[in-house]
Amino acid sequence: MPLQQQIFALIVSALVFVIVIDMVRKRRLREEYSVLWLLTSVLMFVLVFRYEWLVALTDLIGAGLPTTTLFLSSIIFLMLLSVQFCIKISQLTDQVKNLSQENALMKREIESLIENPPIEQQEKP
Amino acid sequence: MKILIIIPAYNEASRIGEVVRNVRETVPGYDILVVNDGSRDETSHAAKSAGAMVVSHPFNLGYGVAIQTGYKYALAKGYDFLVQMDGDGQHDPACIRDLLAPVLAGETDFCLGSRFLGLESYAPSLARKVGMAFFRWLVSSLIKTSITDSTSGFQAFNRRVIRYFTTEVFPCDYPDADMLITLHRAGFRILEVPVRMHASATGKSMHAGWRPLYYMFKMLLSIFVTLLRKRQE
Repeated sequence: MPLQQQIFALIVSALVFVIVIDMVRKRRLREEYSVLWLLTSVLMFVLVFRYEWLVALTDLIGAGLPTTTLFLSSIIFLMLLSVQFCIKISQLTDQVKNLSQENALMKREIESLIENPPIEQQEKP
Repeated sequence: MKILIIIPAYNEASRIGEVVRNVRETVPGYDILVVNDGSRDETSHAAKSAGAMVVSHPFNLGYGVAIQTGYKYALAKGYDFLVQMDGDGQHDPACIRDLLAPVLAGETDFCLGSRFLGLESYAPSLARKVGMAFFRWLVSSLIKTSITDSTSGFQAFNRRVIRYFTTEVFPCDYPDADMLITLHRAGFRILEVPVRMHASATGKSMHAGWRPLYYMFKMLLSIFVTLLRKRQE
């Protein structure tokens, strides 16, 4: 692996790692979403120093060039990420649905309490 | 014995008042709940002044969610039976009693109003007919009961079904064919009776534009995964 490539990959993986950790620290990113990002940056870091692992992996999956393996893994990473988002969105949709239903029913309950207050409250001035 | 009639409505201000009044005249004494699904017009006001109780969603959540809100209300308020009909005047209130009778008599848990069982109703377009015929065949063979109008939103059912529908099993987007199969697999009895339906006055339908394609896809997928799930008793 040329030195230029190594330096570039190191900088990128270090940046991703630091930014993700910082976002978690500032509570702008929840821990559950940081896992995939951190794993990827660590993996990149390792592959820079263990280039032979990347070559071995390339042979294993039958790809022609190590770069192909890298591209493939980044696509898989992105896919995993969007599946994670889809699952979360489905959950959130469900929660929003339940909350809005409860909100609607409670509003109706309050309205009916205002229209027909319980008797002990009616007697007070 | 408490009976609730729920009417989901979205931007139906022009018709909901008349629908509610018709229902009140036909079956006086039943409580009517209009679920206003985040309408941007005066639906809520129109329904209230016609004498219905109104529950309003904070924003539009869709037909399935609206009827489920109605079920949750019915469950919380201890209603024994529930009738559900559309807010656009398609469903003839005169058929409410026919729909309720077998449920009240305990002959069935869930009664579906079909526009294809005799009583004169409007004729749907050819494309819809083909789609309906396909789902009719699929649903009927899966639940081993003849179902002629699986997309019908004119229904009556008892408290056990109300309770079942308020759980997460209820399919909130386009609840029809897959809902029937879920019900059947949970051991509920399903019956179909003839009802009269009119064509919607504005021709506004849930199934317009690209929706039928999504509908077909969603329904097939939903039926498929329903069959994959374990039976819940």
